[in-house]
Amino acid sequence: MKRLYLLGLAALLCCVMAAAQASDIQPILQEHKQIIAKSARKTIAPAIDAIAKSGSPQAQTVLETWAAKAMWMRKSDGVFFAGEKAEDKQYRLFDFDSGEVAGTYPKADLKQIKPNSGIRAMIGTALVQFQLIDPDAARRQAALTSIQRDPEVRFLAPLRASIEGEPDVKLLAQKRRLERLLTISFDKNTEARVNAIEEMSGDLGVDLRATLNPLVATTRDVALGEVPSGLNIADILAPGTEFFSRTDAYDLLVIKSLAQPKVTANDIRNALAANIDGGRVAGIPVARLDNDTARHRAYDILAKAGQAPARVTTDDVDAALASHVFFESYYEPSPDVTTAANASLTAIGLRVGLNQTLDLALDALSLTSIYFLAAIGLAITFGVMGVINMAHGEFIMMGAYTGYVVQRIIPDHTLSIIVAIPLAFVVTFTAGVAMERLVIRWLYARPLETLLATFGISIALQQLAKNIFGTQARPLTAPEWLNGAFTMNDVVSISYIRIAIFILALIFLGVFLFIMKRTRLGLETRAVTQNSRMAASMGINPGRVNMLTFGLGSGIAGVAGVAIGLFAKVTSELGSDYIVQSFMTVVVGGVGNIWGTLAGAAMIGFLQKGIEWLNPSNTLAAQTYMIVFIIIFIQFRPRGIIALKGRAAGD
Amino acid sequence: MQRSFIAKNPSVLIFFACLALFTLAVTVLSEGFGVGLASTSFVKTLGKTLCLCLIAVAMDLIWGFTGILSLGHFAFFGLGGYMIGMWLMYERTRLIVVESLSQTEIPPTPSEVVDAIGNQIFGVVGSSEFPMIWAFADSLVLQLALVVLVPGLLALVFGWLAFRSRVTGVYLSILTQAMTLALALYLFQNDSGLRGNNGLSGLQNLPGVTASQDFVSVWFLWASAGALGLGYALAAWAVSGKFGSVVRGIRDNEARVRFLGYSVETYKLVIFVLTACLAAIAGALYYPQAGIINPAEMAPIASVYLAVWVAIGGRGRLYGAVIGAAFVSLLSTWFTGGQAPDIPLGFYTIKWVDWWLVLLGLSFVAVTLFAPKGMGGLIDLWTRRKSPNRHGLDLGPDEGALREQEASK
Amino acid sequence: MSTLLEVSGVSVSFDGFRAINNLSFRIGEAELRAVIGPNGAGKTTFMDIVTGKTKPDEGRVIWGEKSISLLKMNEAKIAQAGVGRKFQKPTVFEDQTVQENLLMALKKPRSWLSVLAYKPSTTDLDQTAALAQEIGLLDALKRNSGELSHGQKQWLEIGMLLAQEPRLLLVDEPAAGMTPQEREHTTDLLLEAAKTRAVVVVEHDMEFVRRLNCKVTVLHEGSVLAEGSLDHVTSNQEVIDVYLGR
Repeated sequence: MKRLYLLGLAALLCCVMAAAQASDIQPILQEHKQIIAKSARKTIAPAIDAIAKSGSPQAQTVLETWAAKAMWMRKSDGVFFAGEKAEDKQYRLFDFDSGEVAGTYPKADLKQIKPNSGIRAMIGTALVQFQLIDPDAARRQAALTSIQRDPEVRFLAPLRASIEGEPDVKLLAQKRRLERLLTISFDKNTEARVNAIEEMSGDLGVDLRATLNPLVATTRDVALGEVPSGLNIADILAPGTEFFSRTDAYDLLVIKSLAQPKVTANDIRNALAANIDGGRVAGIPVARLDNDTARHRAYDILAKAGQAPARVTTDDVDAALASHVFFESYYEPSPDVTTAANASLTAIGLRVGLNQTLDLALDALSLTSIYFLAAIGLAITFGVMGVINMAHGEFIMMGAYTGYVVQRIIPDHTLSIIVAIPLAFVVTFTAGVAMERLVIRWLYARPLETLLATFGISIALQQLAKNIFGTQARPLTAPEWLNGAFTMNDVVSISYIRIAIFILALIFLGVFLFIMKRTRLGLETRAVTQNSRMAASMGINPGRVNMLTFGLGSGIAGVAGVAIGLFAKVTSELGSDYIVQSFMTVVVGGVGNIWGTLAGAAMIGFLQKGIEWLNPSNTLAAQTYMIVFIIIFIQFRPRGIIALKGRAAGD
Repeated sequence: MQRSFIAKNPSVLIFFACLALFTLAVTVLSEGFGVGLASTSFVKTLGKTLCLCLIAVAMDLIWGFTGILSLGHFAFFGLGGYMIGMWLMYERTRLIVVESLSQTEIPPTPSEVVDAIGNQIFGVVGSSEFPMIWAFADSLVLQLALVVLVPGLLALVFGWLAFRSRVTGVYLSILTQAMTLALALYLFQNDSGLRGNNGLSGLQNLPGVTASQDFVSVWFLWASAGALGLGYALAAWAVSGKFGSVVRGIRDNEARVRFLGYSVETYKLVIFVLTACLAAIAGALYYPQAGIINPAEMAPIASVYLAVWVAIGGRGRLYGAVIGAAFVSLLSTWFTGGQAPDIPLGFYTIKWVDWWLVLLGLSFVAVTLFAPKGMGGLIDLWTRRKSPNRHGLDLGPDEGALREQEASK
Repeated sequence: MSTLLEVSGVSVSFDGFRAINNLSFRIGEAELRAVIGPNGAGKTTFMDIVTGKTKPDEGRVIWGEKSISLLKMNEAKIAQAGVGRKFQKPTVFEDQTVQENLLMALKKPRSWLSVLAYKPSTTDLDQTAALAQEIGLLDALKRNSGELSHGQKQWLEIGMLLAQEPRLLLVDEPAAGMTPQEREHTTDLLLEAAKTRAVVVVEHDMEFVRRLNCKVTVLHEGSVLAEGSLDHVTSNQEVIDVYLGR
């Protein structure tokens, strides 16, 4: 297909430029006939150059044909053709310039030009200049991508040449950017490089940092006496600092063969072991060699006798360090460039830092919404009824498994999520109501026992889930349109799932506020929260309110379970992974107030991300510190950020 | 009126008699000292159960008597285990290292020995340096002191912070749970200095002891029984007098005790630290019998199980806690060990390994609902102990002073 | 007569509501005082402030001849200093015996170590017996206090207060829910107590107050409305307005 296209193109060009015999490619090929036929990597360069620079419209075709091992030489006259396999070991040849069939020949009459991989790479480079101006935008893009991946000095000129006349705006921008980057790396003119660096300073692209970082890479070296001139020195190192200890310095000397290697404790032991003579080493009984002093004495005697290399003393080290100068030098020879690059990297670092803070804030916000979703149901039951529901995590898990089962029945992911969310609500609402009626109702006066009874339910439910669904994680796949991420720049991005969860959290906040402030149930719930006996005497049935509230809290947990299942693995332990954080959220936020829960979730979310940022390698430590922080926080606000007076407040 | 402590508390004598009888029976049946009817691993299970009974006594003191539902006592239990484990592991590794280094031509220097021990112990977490916290690991005496001091200090700091700010009830429970979680997570790290999630292992081998496990297991059973007896006596003595009156007062109505002039916070702190130390001692005896300790042992769930044992046994009476811990943990071992027979239902076979937790969870709910006094309530039936006629509902120890006016609301 | 407790210029508000508003109050040693006032007058909050349960926003609470400020002390310290309080609802420790209740209240060192090492001496036991006699519970000494009747619990609580040997007794509605005979007994107990210490009785029931026959302080909306003998205050027009509605 490609072949046909190329041929067609070649034919077209042929017709248009029929008169332009001067730019025919065949003469150039003939000029370099020998080296092309020899096909050796060392000698081939002039031939490729000549073709690439010929200005012939056929140059690209020829190079491509050549690289594809489809160029043949007619043995009889040495003319090159594009060849195509015909039947019976016959090959059909096409003339490069005219594009017409030059006849069909048996293989014996022809020589196939087989470039090796080295030559193909050279051809590939030569081709880039053609691909950069290829009429097909996809091929131009491919060429740019390949340069981005593997920038080299030789692409600079063709890239610059291709900028003018680029019709596609997006590609033009890419080309311009790439040209700047290549200029920074490879331009011969220092001033041009510095200009390019300064021009791009503050850009957040990863590619820019990848270009600049090698420029400021340094190597440690040592010289006798003075720093050698002609090097681009980054820093003179004084041995004995935190980043360059005396040991490091001496090791560097040893590596550079400027000093004797130190005799290690191991060396000493081996030397002593090798020189045992009748239970004694250098006259000292072996049994007494169980401390360093004795060993050193014995070894020094061995060394004096020439049986081992002498130990390097502290004086030796001092002398060696004093007589040498240690420095770090840039690989990049031009100081102007390294200075500009350093300045630019500092500027970028600052902006990257700012953007990372933004990214962190977005992460924290999404964590906040997850904790909020997980904790809101708990906050309702705890706040309104003073009941700690240890099985709350298992309701989250039930919601997630509901989502999984729905997805097994309805394969369409979008539809299944739409079905799963209300279904999860119904399932966990029912479970919650059942639990309230059967267990919790009898324990209202005994909060600690409620905690334990719900814990009993929690372990039973968790094990039940394990028995039904097994211990391995079950997938709950997000719909296609939730895949991917919203990317602001190379630093800031947030996945669509997290945005969706954030929106879901907002919806829940809205729904909750609506129920509490605008509906009869909300009114009754608030009444029962503030004074249950008074509410009862006004005709509100506290039992019914408690039941519905508990159901509502559990139902929300189920929906949160679907949301959490979308990005976490659905296992029977899903709930217990979130339960402690949910408790923290409620406790920190203050009981019985939705804004308190929100504040608690925000505090825990931001705190966790903040600590992770300070100590990114260690999420376990981050969680530890967060809990310690919360314990201390409770010292100052024992009733949470937003405290409520009333039945749940305890006094 | 001036009767002795034992005379006032006959149950302590009965308990001692039962414990002595039990220990004697196990010794007679053991492989090391007796006829060999009880396998060594079973003796170990029994020894471990005695340790669990001890921590249950501690839990009963803090929960049943003082009314603080601590979900953190297994953290102290684990810390105690870690402290003794450090010495066991260090000393045993040292013996092995010295043995192997004595084969070399040149006798090792002390620093070579320490380096080799470090390599052996911390090789699994990619380190060979001894962290600071192992500074005393070479001394049995110091490490034994740390068994009590480290958990005691943690309890002191945590308790002081928590009680000072008047955190009570479920808040305090959640907070103790958070403390346990934080500690477990911290220990899960490789650079915590306690071998991360590998934990400490090989603890069943006592350094320098050549006797077989058949004997060692019985020694530990004796030690555990002794510790349980002492712990029980200490707890019974503490709660029998005026101190017991005050802590039960705190449980029933903290504010009232405060207005009587007692510093409630101090009392809570004393009980919290005391029970933490008891738990740590139990842990220090438990883990050499278990042989291995890792941070998973300290997960918050373990402490909740502890509460389950005490609740099933019966809160507010020490023997209830012991019965509960022994009964539930042994039953749990029996069920999860695969010894309980499966129940074929035709269409489904109930495997107890899978269903035991479901049964435990539900029976726990049932106990909370229908028998708040737990198994200790059965003893009430037997002794016909008369409980106050409260006219209203039994509110349990955590809800104020059993005020009948409010109970009937 | 020297002043035992002086409360001056105290205000406290909850969520914007001023429960106590610039209240000043003083009581001397060995004085019986009744505090009356309609619901929400701040009677209980006043007691909360004196006993350290509630910290006022402003004002001073000065105690004893050394003029110590009670505001910096916690509830236990204040109680140890000699302020005893009886709650509205009878709050005794119901699963402990009458004797245990009294022993706990007895004026003895409160630190945990001395409590742990405490063994009741014969004097202590005699003292509890005497107290039990006084509150009419001598027969019930070994009974669980949860088994007592409502009135008996009230007495037990008063007995515990007396055992504390406080210099100031704050009593919140001691006669609530009592039969006439029980009331009489209660009156006697209070009058007896007031001979040796200061007693503040908060009460609704005018009949009960009349029987106490002492100086009366009327609280209204968080401050003192009138003070004097019962006849004096009941003839005060403002007091009549407050009690009977305006």
